[in-house]
Amino acid sequence: MADITETRVTTATTTRTRKRIRWDHVADHAILIAGALLMLVPVYMVFATSSWDAITVHREGMQFGFSDQLGTNYDAALFEYGGFTDAVNGVTMLANSLILGLGFAIGKIVVGMMAAYAIVYFRLKFATLAFWMIFTTLLLPLEVRILPSYEIITSITVFGLYENGMGNSYAGLIIPLIASATATFFFRQFFLSVPEELIEAARIDGAGPVKFFIDILVPLSRTMIAAMFIIMFVFGWNQYLWPTLITTDESLFTLVRGIRQIVQSYADGSETPDYGQAAALAIIAMTPPVLIVVFFQSWFVKGLTESDK
Amino acid sequence: MKRAAFGHIGFPILLLLPQLVIIAIFFYWPAAYAVQSSFYAQDMFGFTSTFVGAENYTRLIDSTNYLNALNFTVIFTVLVTFFSLGIALLLAVKADKVIRGAKTYRTLLMWVYAIAPPVAGLIGVMLFDQSRGNITQLLAFFGYEYRLGVNYWDTATAMITVSVWKQIPVNFIFFLSGLQAIPQSVREAAMIDNRSGTSRFWDITFPLLAPTGFFLLIINITYSLFDTFGIIDTIVKGEPGNNPLTLVYRVYVDGFRGGDLGGSSAQSVVLMVLVLILTIVQFRFLERRIHYT
Repeated sequence: MADITETRVTTATTTRTRKRIRWDHVADHAILIAGALLMLVPVYMVFATSSWDAITVHREGMQFGFSDQLGTNYDAALFEYGGFTDAVNGVTMLANSLILGLGFAIGKIVVGMMAAYAIVYFRLKFATLAFWMIFTTLLLPLEVRILPSYEIITSITVFGLYENGMGNSYAGLIIPLIASATATFFFRQFFLSVPEELIEAARIDGAGPVKFFIDILVPLSRTMIAAMFIIMFVFGWNQYLWPTLITTDESLFTLVRGIRQIVQSYADGSETPDYGQAAALAIIAMTPPVLIVVFFQSWFVKGLTESDK
Repeated sequence: MKRAAFGHIGFPILLLLPQLVIIAIFFYWPAAYAVQSSFYAQDMFGFTSTFVGAENYTRLIDSTNYLNALNFTVIFTVLVTFFSLGIALLLAVKADKVIRGAKTYRTLLMWVYAIAPPVAGLIGVMLFDQSRGNITQLLAFFGYEYRLGVNYWDTATAMITVSVWKQIPVNFIFFLSGLQAIPQSVREAAMIDNRSGTSRFWDITFPLLAPTGFFLLIINITYSLFDTFGIIDTIVKGEPGNNPLTLVYRVYVDGFRGGDLGGSSAQSVVLMVLVLILTIVQFRFLERRIHYT
């Protein structure tokens, strides 16, 4: 960039141009650093606050420096039983968040790949109809149809498995979230971009549909599966509204659901809420998805930007 | 469909079955139920329901609460979309430009994507808290008395700020990959023809980014409408009171707090239609989307 500009100016003005360009760079970096700080500082403050005792935070707000309560607060956030029934602590919520994130990601990918395979690689009369039926689900987020969904899920009884509806069960928590077919759509796009010659060659070699899928298609889709998995895991982990409604039993609370409890105790205002612990729980709730996004960045970006095409 | 597709019948149906069963039970049934409920009025306990025709809908139009929520949703959506797109575009253009530390900046600017909306809302609550929020204290220093949860627009400001903060990373990622898809030859030609960085941006880069921008516009509108639920719920602390509320939040409040299945369903149907319109616009456009490969 700079070299092109410099070839076009005479030696006399070179020094001045160089200087201008350098200031240019300084301004660029200043803007980027400001942006990075905007993203970092609020979370840094939560982290710093998670090392303070409740009283100080209650008096002065969030802190910039660190105090000595870090271990105590995280210990309490993870192992102390809280809530209304004392049935849940941080570890339980962490486990539930993991189950939700993994169940959601794996469920979506398995169901989605199967359906996409059927639509793309088989001569089905109603493939187009099936695709449109599936595709329509992308249009309406769960939030829109939240009340009827809730009514149905809590009253449904599957062959006597769930006597009192599917509320307060992992299945009732995860399966309705899988109902929007983002993964199906995504894998269909991907399968369509796989060269025709592959299936032709496989047919000539006498591979059946199952063999072709397992030996050729799945290995080909590895990167895509990874990218999908990361996005879906983060999405599942961060779900809020549905878990809030469907799990009234505290032993099924996820971390994000636990955040709501904290805010409620804020709202009550009856006693000094334990801000340090609340901050610690917030940090615990955001750490796994943040680490995944940061470490698997390139896959994550690929999955995110490919999925819109 | 592939030319050399398999000709089986039973097997693909078996493959499709899980997906179709799930969407039938958990998508089409609730959606149909919402449409149906929107024409009925239930008594307080949900024992009986009477057919009331379009009454639930006419009640919405006459309800000042609903119209207020509609107004606020429009303002909220416009502001969140504008600011999160604008800031993200600025950062993406700069991140695309710098050579040193580009990867570090990318990481630092995108990681907030992974934070759940309610957690972001909790951070907002702590920063904007009426008596001990750090931003509140800062504003007090400048002589402005900021009152979260009491003053309507103060609460709205906190909601918008947190929602923008949470949405910048997504926009940043898309803008950056859009910028990096611009071929080197185009960039070099632009460099030779045009010395000024600003006019280069508006004449070359911006038009080339337009498809990405339009796609993001839809994404951001959808985000503002639906995905901000967690942020709003946290900031109003589950107490709607006379706080600003978006349409989606009202569906929830009227349905679960007010026990008004008919009214809530009617609002759901209105939102469904809105999303359908958005999607149609998006797809008509996406078909003409430009790719540089």
